[in-house]
Amino acid sequence: MTATTINQTHDLSQAQLQAAFYDLDEHDHPEGGSTMLGFWMYLMSDCLIFAMLFAAYGVLGGSLAAGPGPKDLFELPLVALNTAMLLFSSITYGFAMLAMEKGSKGATQIWLLVTAVFGIAFLSIELYEFYHLIHEGATPMRSGFLTAFFSLVGTHGLHVTFGLVWLFTLVVQVGRKGLIPANKRRLMCLSLFWHFLDVIWIGVFTFVYLMGML
Amino acid sequence: MGRLWLDALPQEPIVLATFVVVALGGVALVAALTYFKLWGYLWKEWFTSVDHKKIGIMYMVLGLVMFLRGFADAVMMRIQQSMAFNGNEGYLNAHHYDQIFTAHGVIMIFFVAMPFVTGLMNYIVPLQIGARDVSFPFLNNFSFWMTTAGAVLVMMSLFIGEFAQTGWLAYPPLSNLAYSPWVGVDYYIWSLQIAGVGTLLSGVNLIATIVKMRAPGMTMMRMPIFTWTSLCTNILIVAAFPVLTAVMTMLSVDRYLGFNFFSNDFGGSPMMYVNLIWIWGHPEVYILILPLFGVFSEVTATFCGKRLFGYSSMVYATLVITILSYLVWLHHFFTMGSGASVNSFFGITTMVISIPTGAKLFNWLFTMYRARIRYELPMMWTVAFMLTFTIGGMTGVLLAVPPADFVLHNSLFLIAHFHNVIIGGVLFGIFAAINYWWPKAFGFKLNQFWGKVSFWLWVPGFWVAFTPLYILGFMGVTRRMRVFDDPSIQIWFVIAAFGALMIAGGIGAMLVQFAVSIWKREELKDETGDPWHGRTLEWATSSPPPEYNFAFTPIVHDIDAWDDMKRCAVERPTSGYRPIHMPKGTGTGIILAGLSIALGFAMIWYIWWLAAVSFAGIIGYAIFHTFNYKRDYHIPVETVEATEAARTRQLAAAGA
Repeated sequence: MTATTINQTHDLSQAQLQAAFYDLDEHDHPEGGSTMLGFWMYLMSDCLIFAMLFAAYGVLGGSLAAGPGPKDLFELPLVALNTAMLLFSSITYGFAMLAMEKGSKGATQIWLLVTAVFGIAFLSIELYEFYHLIHEGATPMRSGFLTAFFSLVGTHGLHVTFGLVWLFTLVVQVGRKGLIPANKRRLMCLSLFWHFLDVIWIGVFTFVYLMGML
Repeated sequence: MGRLWLDALPQEPIVLATFVVVALGGVALVAALTYFKLWGYLWKEWFTSVDHKKIGIMYMVLGLVMFLRGFADAVMMRIQQSMAFNGNEGYLNAHHYDQIFTAHGVIMIFFVAMPFVTGLMNYIVPLQIGARDVSFPFLNNFSFWMTTAGAVLVMMSLFIGEFAQTGWLAYPPLSNLAYSPWVGVDYYIWSLQIAGVGTLLSGVNLIATIVKMRAPGMTMMRMPIFTWTSLCTNILIVAAFPVLTAVMTMLSVDRYLGFNFFSNDFGGSPMMYVNLIWIWGHPEVYILILPLFGVFSEVTATFCGKRLFGYSSMVYATLVITILSYLVWLHHFFTMGSGASVNSFFGITTMVISIPTGAKLFNWLFTMYRARIRYELPMMWTVAFMLTFTIGGMTGVLLAVPPADFVLHNSLFLIAHFHNVIIGGVLFGIFAAINYWWPKAFGFKLNQFWGKVSFWLWVPGFWVAFTPLYILGFMGVTRRMRVFDDPSIQIWFVIAAFGALMIAGGIGAMLVQFAVSIWKREELKDETGDPWHGRTLEWATSSPPPEYNFAFTPIVHDIDAWDDMKRCAVERPTSGYRPIHMPKGTGTGIILAGLSIALGFAMIWYIWWLAAVSFAGIIGYAIFHTFNYKRDYHIPVETVEATEAARTRQLAAAGA
């Protein structure tokens, strides 16, 4: 306490002092109060990993080593389709969250599964693209540009894969335990994760594919 | 079995002898633990515990064990360099010597300084903010075991295969597969990756703890300085370690899959590695030093018996350092040739960082000015730090001048500089902290005599060991040399080796200090929980604190909350307890870390089936863990009452 209040404390009884200095009527703190903050910080750290991959792409993107460049390789219509799949999956995840808010367990699970279908479609198209590129000889070992390209896009794809594993786990857990606070918190975290991957993909789409075709 | 075969076992007599000694020691330890039936106790009370205090102590033990290993490497280098003149090859061959200097750096930074710093923050921060644990107690246990898993892999490399011979940052192209074909660099990569997971998660955990779990009334500008510096350190961890993870992954795909991030041909860029790794590396040195700045602030205020001079300037200086630490990385390679403008920019930002650091020093000095200073051991280490670190800081400013750096780059002057700040800053700070908080953690003080012996061997020993390196650096002697041509410089290496011997005495005296103190713990007992007349909340509870830290959460009205409570003569409430909600222990952390060791080992030795199995095991077990929803329990009110009644009797006996 400040100097002026020190003098006043002489007039206080011990009971009053204790009430001023100790929380005598404390209740249990609700669980998971820090979870969203903690998960957000994890996402930002993940964002830095992508920042490094973008930086590496910025440095190596022009190092073709006499191999194929973006204009020789990218097919924008395919990428547009893929982007659409991921964006749709974000909308359907939003619907899952709305269903969760309404307390509708079944609808939440169904929208999660719809999200998974779009996610799998996205991954399949990406794998097709990779297969196609490698088949043409544009492997990640071919040049600095292809190394950076495959690493950036592939890391995003691995994140989507991980998100899908998590999503299926949550479908089961919601089925077993219902929409209890712990499960709602987990759904919120996955929601952040899923939309975060969308934002990263917008960056990939813009900086790698669109600007590569300029 | 991949590329693992009998030729991976130690061949050299020195390593073989070490292996035999370590193996015998390990067998003896396991036998003793089994004989005294301690496994169950260790597993239940320590390994699976999510109590931040126990995890903090385990981090300190890890740091201490690895410190002995790292120091053994240092002594071996000093002996080699003091004898390898006049055609004498010394006693270490090049392959072995190169591993030693690499392992020394890696171990001292990642597995000594980091566990020490994380351990301190883990133990002290929740107590200082009046919390009962951290935000994510299970994650805390997991983080510790992942750090330990990294250390285990480094230790395995001593006896199975080899460690990297690249220097502690493993620059490509040397660390690429073409020039480091065997397992050394892979041990390096996987131990750092696994330990890095632990470091990152503990960073997230402690930030959330400090932001979310402070006692009522503790506004940001009422937080103890150690908590402030911990907050800034953990922000740096979360914002820097992902960079290391990314760079290590890039190096791995170059090595394992033939990618071209850092290759010489096909468009890779080795210099990109150097940039990226220092974007992590420079914040890392501030991750190490900032918490110790906090320790010195707490110690100075306590032993001067008054409030820290310039609290808010201390906070702002810490924040400025936090930000500036991201803007100086290029000073580690001025000689790369980025041009005058770029080098000037980074030279100036580097010099600017000495301003907030200088402000801190003046704050400590002004706190000491006209105070009745009690020169207990923590305060002695603090004064030694102020003298030593200032000189290290000045040689750092000298290196920040690009033309001077062109002369001194990679010379022993640089080696002397960073040991000057890391030993004089981080290590002295850790010793101050251990002496300061030991009574809190164990309920008895450390023996003063052996502490002083250690102090007087360490501090002069440091200067005897490293002043010659400054001089040799000015003569142009470069780092990481195994043999020398010029016999006239041998004398400096002999002096440096003598300094290392004095430091060895200091370390020995410190171990004796611990042993004697544990032996005579009844005489050194502290009943009050506040042996130094402390000022912050960790001294408001018993020593060692109960599992729940505080029976009633304190309410904070001022900086130095506990000092405030003592001035207002508040008596501890002794009735009206409630059951306390606490997290439950779990073995998941140690199991996942064990599987991570298997994964790392399999990847290092190309044992693909084991890699697949252990990876699947990690994912599977992590998912299995999420199906456990019952992770907490209540300490019954009777237990709280009994614990607090014992505390009341203890305080009455102490006459407090």
